[in-house]
Amino acid sequence: MEQQSAFCINFEDNVATALVKLEPGEVRILGDTHKESENVTMEIPMGHKLALCDIKKGENIVKYGVVIGRSTADIPEGSWVHLHVMESLYDTRSSHLDEVTGAPKDTKYE
Amino acid sequence: MKNMDNSKKINQGSGSGLSNGLSYDLTWPGYVRKNGKLGIRNHILVIYTVKCSEFVAKRIVEEAGDLNVECIGFDGCTDNQYAVNLLISMIRHPNIGAVLAVGLGCEYVQPEWLAGIAREEGKPAEWMFIQDKGGTAPAIAEGLEIVRRMQEELKNTPTREMGFSDLIIGAECGGSDFTSGLAGNVVVGRLYDKLVEAGGTAIFEEIVEAVGLDSLLVKRAKTEQAAKELQFTYDKALDYCKSVRQYSVSPGNFAGGLSTIEEKSMGAVIKSGSAPISGVVKVACTPPEPGLWLLDSTPDPHWMQFGITNPNDNEGLMDLISAGAHIVFLVTGRGNVVGSAVSPCIKITGNRETYRRMEGDMDFDASGVLFGECSQEEMTHRLYEMVAAVAGGAPSKSEALGHKEYFIPYKFQEKFVTFKRKCEEEV
Repeated sequence: MEQQSAFCINFEDNVATALVKLEPGEVRILGDTHKESENVTMEIPMGHKLALCDIKKGENIVKYGVVIGRSTADIPEGSWVHLHVMESLYDTRSSHLDEVTGAPKDTKYE
Repeated sequence: MKNMDNSKKINQGSGSGLSNGLSYDLTWPGYVRKNGKLGIRNHILVIYTVKCSEFVAKRIVEEAGDLNVECIGFDGCTDNQYAVNLLISMIRHPNIGAVLAVGLGCEYVQPEWLAGIAREEGKPAEWMFIQDKGGTAPAIAEGLEIVRRMQEELKNTPTREMGFSDLIIGAECGGSDFTSGLAGNVVVGRLYDKLVEAGGTAIFEEIVEAVGLDSLLVKRAKTEQAAKELQFTYDKALDYCKSVRQYSVSPGNFAGGLSTIEEKSMGAVIKSGSAPISGVVKVACTPPEPGLWLLDSTPDPHWMQFGITNPNDNEGLMDLISAGAHIVFLVTGRGNVVGSAVSPCIKITGNRETYRRMEGDMDFDASGVLFGECSQEEMTHRLYEMVAAVAGGAPSKSEALGHKEYFIPYKFQEKFVTFKRKCEEEV
């Protein structure tokens, strides 16, 4: 199996990006980061984000050193961070999409 | 196909410059235009002025059988200032050596006037109406004869050595995934820093993919005027997104791990590097001086919001070329195959799997930095070497394959940033 790794872009970030599909267990963190590894608690798809610390509901999600959204639930360290637990500060539609496929759930197909 | 111009020679400069030994001083011969500008290609542009003359124009290009002869055109019979400006910007582009404008004979767009503009630029130019020539077959035959004559004439185009400081490069991304912001756009941003430092011109676009980042962009403004232009252009784009309730992010982006437009935006803005931003240019307008510029491709407020902002990747590439880009970068995560008329397209990906799966189409694999195989500095220099090779005549992958896409839509845009908000428009 390929080594489990994720990439953190900025020292201020509270999320890192999975470089491969992650299984629960230890994951190496590359890039500009304060921690060398993180204990991942769930499956995280490649390219998706994992929390590098506990993030409380309503706190900012920071990547590239900038705010990329706000949490809509308490996010435990090591878990998957995506549409189901965060939202855009601008785009009100995107947090209502299917969290796996990104498909719209607000358009009726009848 | 023949005659792909790869006979030019790239010269190594004195090697002076950077402390780490990676120099940015290669030179290659450029085609000298009457206005003093230098081109990296010497293409013959066949233009159709309405859908009705497209077939003849394309057949002329096909029969010429030369990758330096290419076709663009505008489909509409009713003209549109924005579309005509785009056609004219291609005629004036330094990569274009000669122009043949082909019309049917009843459309608004005037092939004779387009040929006249080319002649003012010192470029061999002809025009025709298919109705006058007696239809498809005689028009193709005459067009081909004209192109053959132009091919001979262009052999005498004078050349002069050019380098990084003479170049204008444009960049956009398409089919982004999580690697775009980690590697693909990062290497472009780094190269842009070098280009601007060397006295060249770098253009980035997609202000609709800068949502949430206005203060970050405005902070980088070189002048007060630039700051005003950036803020206004950002506000206009955000108004646009709000009013259509659609941001520049799609299900594919979400499935690939991007959670918000802000996240995608930051990944996109990284391609602008870190240089000060000199200001905003509009489509079909060349930056007034070297430096880093934002290209505004969103429609300006108009009585019917004429045109949508980013219909497809080729429109973005065309906009960058209309601003004078000699070379365009298309940064992709998921992969793309397109090229462009007028200026070569270099396709860059930070996704190794995509590169391997589509190696026949992708020019540059920027993923090495993610695996710790090389430094950003080395990766940037590799991209620079590829730019110099393509500028020196080596075809990019899409060029070699014959990809010559273009896209000229109806749209409304002012020629300058007008500081006029939608709500201030007269009803």
